[in-house]
Amino acid sequence: MSEPARSMRTPLGRVRHLGSAHHGTRVFWHQRLTSVSNIVLSIAVIVIIIGLLGRNHAAVVQILGSTFVAITLLLFIVSSVYHMWLGMQVIIEDYVHDESWKLVVLMANTFFSVAVGLAAVFAILKLSFGL
Amino acid sequence: MAEAKATRLKNRPLSPHLQIYKPPLTMMMSIVHRITGGALFFGMLLLVWWLIAAAAGPNAYASVQWFMETVIGRLILFGYTWALIHHMLGGIKHLIWDLGYGFGPVEREWLTVATLIGSIGFTVLVWIVGYLVMGGLR
Repeated sequence: MSEPARSMRTPLGRVRHLGSAHHGTRVFWHQRLTSVSNIVLSIAVIVIIIGLLGRNHAAVVQILGSTFVAITLLLFIVSSVYHMWLGMQVIIEDYVHDESWKLVVLMANTFFSVAVGLAAVFAILKLSFGL
Repeated sequence: MAEAKATRLKNRPLSPHLQIYKPPLTMMMSIVHRITGGALFFGMLLLVWWLIAAAAGPNAYASVQWFMETVIGRLILFGYTWALIHHMLGGIKHLIWDLGYGFGPVEREWLTVATLIGSIGFTVLVWIVGYLVMGGLR
């Protein structure tokens, strides 16, 4: 693996595009980045949902659409959907060995994550702006 | 000569394989971490369904509320709560390991037992608080 001492390649250049997804350490790092934000945001969302228990629809809409709750929910959705997209990608790369099937399942993972994420963002914005 | 070698190879003792090991708790919890992650992937559908229903109006919201109050709905929500908290605590354990701490034979077992007991404890706590907020069982 070691390059000749006089190689012109930088250390970054040598590791770039390595790994099963050919993305180097990007997936590993973003998984950890979003795991840290998810700790804070998940606790916040649990608290928000407990605060909504037993309330009627009008009250729930008012709380979910309020500025700080909506921003917290949006951050939670973006962070956790990105986290789950990367996590499912790792699971697929571990268990789906046929290259063409892997391509199909990875595409399905991306389509599902984007659709679920955008639907949630739309719902939160609609609750906020009352379209 | 070749035949003798083949017989000798066939009669050699097999090396121990997976089935003779008692599964270590750290390994079991690593598998559970992946399973809860996969469950949360699909559990996101439930959260999005609830948000869309709230945005759509009182009737759509009432049907989500109705489902969540059935026994199956409650069980799914309880499982969802546990999966989320267990994945969170397991994730914190993995972050500690990523930083290079907690690999000793005592610490790694202690950490792993803590994620399991902690996830069950916090899940029950969240549900007790939830029922208190709603003013009792229903």
